[in-house]
Amino acid sequence: MSEQRIQIVQNILSANDAIAEQNRQLLQKARLFSINLMASPGAGKTSLIEQTVKKLGQGYRILVIDGDIATTFDADRAIAAGAAAIQINTGGDCHLDAVMLNKALIQADLSQYDLLIVENVGNLVCPASFELGTARNVLVASVPEGHDKPHKYPSMYRGVDYVLLNKIDLLPYVDFDLDFFRKGLEALNPALELVLVSCRSGEGLDNWFQWLRNKIGEFRPG
Amino acid sequence: MHELAVTQSILNIVLDHAGKANASKVTKIYLVIGELSSIVDESVQFYWEIIAKNTPAEQAELIFRRVSATFECLDCNTVYQLDGNVIYCPTCGSTHVKILSGEEFYIEAIDIET
Repeated sequence: MSEQRIQIVQNILSANDAIAEQNRQLLQKARLFSINLMASPGAGKTSLIEQTVKKLGQGYRILVIDGDIATTFDADRAIAAGAAAIQINTGGDCHLDAVMLNKALIQADLSQYDLLIVENVGNLVCPASFELGTARNVLVASVPEGHDKPHKYPSMYRGVDYVLLNKIDLLPYVDFDLDFFRKGLEALNPALELVLVSCRSGEGLDNWFQWLRNKIGEFRPG
Repeated sequence: MHELAVTQSILNIVLDHAGKANASKVTKIYLVIGELSSIVDESVQFYWEIIAKNTPAEQAELIFRRVSATFECLDCNTVYQLDGNVIYCPTCGSTHVKILSGEEFYIEAIDIET
């Protein structure tokens, strides 16, 4: 019997990352712009999807892949708003991973769509660790959650490209320090884009729609 | 809760490398985890005892090396660690900062018997 040390230095989630890369290639081949939409429960992911499908659904074909621990409520809402939808029930897992998304992607004819929205499980911790392979990571934050969230959930805010601060119609009624919130974003992620919106009143959503139109256009020129 | 998936990934990587080296047994696993990576050591250990059962890594000891989150202010050059409250520079308040460490999340090495 002999003992030895083997140097490995391998990222723990490298298997997930490899499948995420496959997803990225599938989506690129189909020239389909995709987002991984993350948020805590109740921040307004599904409301944002409803608004987005209502606004952009005329001009663009939208596929929603919905991750939830159980139920099809969210996929039902996306379909009612006019999108095609696939529900993934994680059966208890607190996040989507690249393999779950891969199974959903290969069921769909991706070239039929202009925009893919992957609605992750509501959670600010676990989804941050699992890269899915979408073109962008988007976070819906909301005023009632409080202004300290970037400081408390740094890995989530570090890994996203675009943040919508939702429910700004509540700003006059709660103690939300927008400057403190912004400072957390800037420190963690200087390249991050932030827009202030209310899915209820529609305020600010035009910035989001325009960003999506631009990105869809970049992915599918002409 | 994502510790189960993380533990499964650790086991897969360890068994893969142990198999290639014809190991009869894995005795130690060295993990490097930054403070900004959300993972609970005790949970990984808990799942390990369940999922590594009946594998050559069943008895392996998991050794966690924690790396603290260190930032550097690019305006006043203060190097600081997270005090648990704010992320921007504690000296000058700048948000123009760089993360020096804390995002590590990898398996460094394993000890095996052949």
